[in-house]
Amino acid sequence: MSTSLARLAERFTALLGPDGVITDPVRLRTYECDGLTNHRATPGVVVLPESAEQVAAVVRACAAEGVPYVARGSGTGLSGGALPRTDGVLIVTARMRRVLEIDIPNQRAVVEPGVINLDVTRAVRADGYYFAPDPSSQQICSVGGNVAENSGGAHCLKYGFTAHHVLACEIVTPDGEITELTADGPGYDLLGVFVGAEGTLGITTKITVRLTRVPETVQTLLAAFDSIESGGTAVSAIIGAGVVPAAIEMMDALSIEAAEAAVSCGYPPGAGAVLIVELDGPDAEVAHQFAEVERLCRQAGAFEIRIAADDAARALIWRGRKSAFAAVGRISPAYLVQDGVIPRTALPRVLGRIDALSAESGVRVANVFHAGDGNLHPLVLFDDAEPGAAERAEEVSGAILDLCIEHGGSITGEHGVGVDKSRYMPRMFTDTDLDTMQMVRCGFDPAGLCNPGKVFPTPRLCGEVPGVRKGVHPLVEQGKADLF
Amino acid sequence: MTAPIDSLAKVCGDVRAAGPEDGVLGAVPRLVAAPATVAEAAEVMRAAAELGLAVVPRGMETRLDWGLPPERCDLLVDTARLDRIVEHEAGDLVVKAEAGVRLGDLAAALAEHGQRLALDSPLPGATVGGTVATGSAGPLRLLYGSPRDLVIGLTIVRADGRIARSGGKVVKNVAGYDLGRLFAGSWGTLGLIVEATFRLHPMPAAAAYVSTVVPDPAAAHEAVQSVLHSPVAPSAVECAATPDGIAVGALLEGVPDGVTARSGQVNDLFGGGARVEQEPPAWWGGYPDGTTLIEITAPPTALAHADWLTGSATWSAAGRGLLGLPGDLTPERAAETLEGLRAALAPHKGGAVVRYAPEPVRDALDVWGPVPALSLMRRVKDQFDPERRLSPGRFVGGI
Repeated sequence: MSTSLARLAERFTALLGPDGVITDPVRLRTYECDGLTNHRATPGVVVLPESAEQVAAVVRACAAEGVPYVARGSGTGLSGGALPRTDGVLIVTARMRRVLEIDIPNQRAVVEPGVINLDVTRAVRADGYYFAPDPSSQQICSVGGNVAENSGGAHCLKYGFTAHHVLACEIVTPDGEITELTADGPGYDLLGVFVGAEGTLGITTKITVRLTRVPETVQTLLAAFDSIESGGTAVSAIIGAGVVPAAIEMMDALSIEAAEAAVSCGYPPGAGAVLIVELDGPDAEVAHQFAEVERLCRQAGAFEIRIAADDAARALIWRGRKSAFAAVGRISPAYLVQDGVIPRTALPRVLGRIDALSAESGVRVANVFHAGDGNLHPLVLFDDAEPGAAERAEEVSGAILDLCIEHGGSITGEHGVGVDKSRYMPRMFTDTDLDTMQMVRCGFDPAGLCNPGKVFPTPRLCGEVPGVRKGVHPLVEQGKADLF
Repeated sequence: MTAPIDSLAKVCGDVRAAGPEDGVLGAVPRLVAAPATVAEAAEVMRAAAELGLAVVPRGMETRLDWGLPPERCDLLVDTARLDRIVEHEAGDLVVKAEAGVRLGDLAAALAEHGQRLALDSPLPGATVGGTVATGSAGPLRLLYGSPRDLVIGLTIVRADGRIARSGGKVVKNVAGYDLGRLFAGSWGTLGLIVEATFRLHPMPAAAAYVSTVVPDPAAAHEAVQSVLHSPVAPSAVECAATPDGIAVGALLEGVPDGVTARSGQVNDLFGGGARVEQEPPAWWGGYPDGTTLIEITAPPTALAHADWLTGSATWSAAGRGLLGLPGDLTPERAAETLEGLRAALAPHKGGAVVRYAPEPVRDALDVWGPVPALSLMRRVKDQFDPERRLSPGRFVGGI
């Protein structure tokens, strides 16, 4: 451990007590990665603060020593956004798990960052409300993590992302000050850029979330098609008819096969694709639109349609979809989960190209996607025991991202850039675009200590750094930049 | 030495000396440039940077007299010729438009495809750029949010003349910082907005406005709460002071049968006897009369104690109020009214800003009120506009 880290560990123990600081190498290893396990780094020190004041004190101490730090919620992120620094401090919010306030008349709740996403909903369900962002990790992921990643989920087609459901955040700035960002106060919408900045602009310590009224009715159907193409036709027809479903999800034959093997979801045999369509809202609206969706699915060639009669039947329909990622483990020793976005109208073309890529390379690709918003999650299968297979899978996975960019889409719809995709950012954005985004970062974190190395492939030097700094600029020290 | 007008004329086809009619709250620029393309806009901004000119953008002037006057205004960049709808892929429910496109024209083009941008700005003559720069929204804010929520991609020209984009043309996208949200409501102080890409929504097949009149804010609060916590899923819920009391109305949109059924439910929630109309009531969604406009933000329950909701005033259940002050109110009285309002809103964590006011009134008041995180805002501004040439002084804390 470096001397500055050792000094910090001592300081943290004084601030947080001995059980709030981890320096034991074996225990530190627990935190070496987030949900993306192929990037690993054992943090220098882990701290477990219990309050905003403690977070602020930790950040101030790091700033004074010029030591980088990374915040981590539940560690479920899929882009390495919470990958620690071996030369830095990992600030874990697991002890900040209080729901501080529930205000049903104003349809909001105030929670600490470590609160689990689904626990917000559990706390307000009896009042007829829920927290809308529903990433598939919602049983374990934290609201603070949702804020950092601007998490979505299957239902964001209709309800939007975390950014649309956060009204205010108390944050600790990289200066170690506690301040509040709000969506509707006077001045710049700093909250809007903070949400989704992947923890590079500060650490949130208190979040005011919007609560959404539980819809009167939810209706779910599963439609089976011969091919992805006819499933895609149904999606276009539904959207074209002016229906905004709560969710439209599609799975191809390979992912259905995997889900069958894993959870016996009992999807119609012989399906080349299944479509799950969920509508919610007032009874009279849903009844009318649901009939329309059913008709459009049949018109597009659905050979079987199942309608969930109750919550249990709905859960059964969703079971295959929700298990899809893990289920692929049943049909392949290893796999990569990709997250790319294309304009919905490009779906048939891009899926055709993915097929061709798969055929050319001999690498199998299972497709699971949020069809309503063009968010693809291709699962690239490989055998990690076979030499060179992982590299080939990486190549195919990267080529899929290129397809997304080529068709006017995005390299990530919900998993974030993190460390995993920063190298792809220049394919989607110009140097000026990236430089401009980093002006915000320079405003918040001129020293570049707050979750450095994420999102941007090359850090921007911020010029004059206000306040007293010790030693060399960390970016210069790492050989990543020169000071002129 | 080349005169600034000649330098600008080299890069932009429409440059002229400014006249008094080009003034921004009394600050009369020297020059007006109206670039016709994004590239031309970038050249204009680059030339302005070289010449050290302070730049204020102008759309259709619907809100140019809002906020504070610029401390300096050398060059007015008029977006009127940036008037193309760049791309509208109906199947993707996305449109990209240049900054000078008027919302009304955009709405007409989208309506042909049964789609809309869910921003019912009270001023349909306003432009895309101006609407984003001022963060303006109407009653539909309740369900669809404001420009921050609907912009999915933004092209700006920086103070140094470089073109920068963020976001893209897909709704679901978390690649990089979302500068669309940062620029929404930034009042021309961070850069020149030249293009915006919006997510769209299908035009509902049917709509109904269900309204009633109640005696006071407490009763209005009760009516609004009953709708908000019911499953009728309104697109907007509005209140307005009228001579007969406080009008409360809900907008329901959807399929015809659904709208009929839900209108009945809202009528019941309002205690019966409500008016159900296809067109908005006269008081719906406009700016209140008056020479001074105060905008209030507060959580929904602040309505219960909204003693200010009288005279010329409205309240939106999304948590926004608007109060118009009459022209004959003295600056001192206007300042007292504003301070009284802020004191009354403080327990609700609400605030009030002055959108526009006659100069003597403006000078007598604190237009923005307390601004949390102001130092961070200043630091962001310093990064984007280190020479302080973009609408200087127009925004909070002298930004």
